[in-house]
Amino acid sequence: MADAFAGYDAGGISDAAAVQRTLAGEREAYRVLVERHSAYVYRLAYRMTGNSHDAEEVVQEAFLRAYQKLQQFAGNANFGTWVYRIAANYAIDRLRQKKNEDARREGPPRAAEGESESDPLEKLKDTAPSPERLAGNAQLAKRMKEALDTLTPAERTAIVMRHWDGCGIEEIAAVLKSNSSAAKNTVFRAVQKLRQALKPFAEGRGAARAVGTES
Amino acid sequence: MKHTTEEELFAYREGEMKGRETIAAHLQECGECRAELERMEEVFQALNAMPVPDPGQEYGTKVWRQIANRLPEERAGWWQGWLMPRRLMALGAAAALLALAFYAGRVSKPKPAPEEVADAGKIHERVLVVAVGEHLGKSEMILMELSNAQPAETGKKLINISTAQKRAEDLVEENRLYRQTALEGGDNAIASTLDELQRVLLDVANSPAELTLAQFESIQKRIAAQGILLKVRVVRQELRAEAAGKSAPAQNDSKPKARNKA
Repeated sequence: MADAFAGYDAGGISDAAAVQRTLAGEREAYRVLVERHSAYVYRLAYRMTGNSHDAEEVVQEAFLRAYQKLQQFAGNANFGTWVYRIAANYAIDRLRQKKNEDARREGPPRAAEGESESDPLEKLKDTAPSPERLAGNAQLAKRMKEALDTLTPAERTAIVMRHWDGCGIEEIAAVLKSNSSAAKNTVFRAVQKLRQALKPFAEGRGAARAVGTES
Repeated sequence: MKHTTEEELFAYREGEMKGRETIAAHLQECGECRAELERMEEVFQALNAMPVPDPGQEYGTKVWRQIANRLPEERAGWWQGWLMPRRLMALGAAAALLALAFYAGRVSKPKPAPEEVADAGKIHERVLVVAVGEHLGKSEMILMELSNAQPAETGKKLINISTAQKRAEDLVEENRLYRQTALEGGDNAIASTLDELQRVLLDVANSPAELTLAQFESIQKRIAAQGILLKVRVVRQELRAEAAGKSAPAQNDSKPKARNKA
């Protein structure tokens, strides 16, 4: 097939037009959408999965799914937002599946062996490095990456969507398949856990007080 | 004094309106809660410190290469695009003309005498010729307007082509139908011109409503490069001549063939 887009860049055609052409049977038109939105979807996928390999798989799968579901896409919606949501849905399913597999591999929690906490956050706290070790940005980033790994798939999805991508609570709730109140709580829980995990670093600048108390 | 809870501080940071004034007033007075809010802010700053590797400028192309072979060959429901209201209207108009052409062929043939069948065929074709001629006339107008526009002289940064765009959008569906009819009738020259016209109309219809000067000039260049305006004019003149000729009773049937040669 002759390349209908030869001679002009991806900026020369709107998303809506590319969707329309793809639906009309021009497979090449979908290329515009893929090229335009891949990097954005990749950033979401990387933050959710924490590594490039998994992130790339999420991106590919998201665009494949979007192509298959393109007829369901409402023409007046934003394709970027739509494929972003497909990627978030796929990434959260993948995270959940991975957690389940990890749990099966590791067996039941070893509370009987004297470990009082099965919460991975506690484990993280035990090995928390001193504030000195967290002085550099790279170390902080590493610590944050570890802290993010302790979140549940829903919490991780919620904080990634809320903080980095500025998604509304309703949008997060749609991906989490919950209501807005629950989604709000999930974001808050994620923030709480991250604060807890980063406490050693924060305490270097002043001890956190117990909030909600009388002074 | 009762301090704010972590949840209240978080809600405040999130822009929650409930109890906002009370918390704001409290934060004015309470250094401890302000410090707590700052500590919470540090978590968000730490999130920002987490880098995401740059996938590179060619990443989109790479993804396309990875998935292109995995996309289904045929899109089911390709016809769905036809169900959009604007398209249905355009489709309806073109279909009405085709139906008229068909009806003209039918009513002009009460008895199946061979010479009358030939006459009915001519009427049928004439209606089509007139309809396609009108369609090409409307297309020519849009192409001329776009080709002759001099937006650089106006000094405007953005050029609004929404009017031309709407007209092109309407013509796209008509064009598709006429092209199909021409192909089925073996009129390859017209089908080929309509095919090229289709691409240009789609380009215009699918462009953003407001274009930068560079984008607008890019469209003008594409119109000029394909020489589509000239082709449309030539075919339109041929059709006009043919329509005039067909109104005469004795007409040479070789005209469509001559068009194909062109």
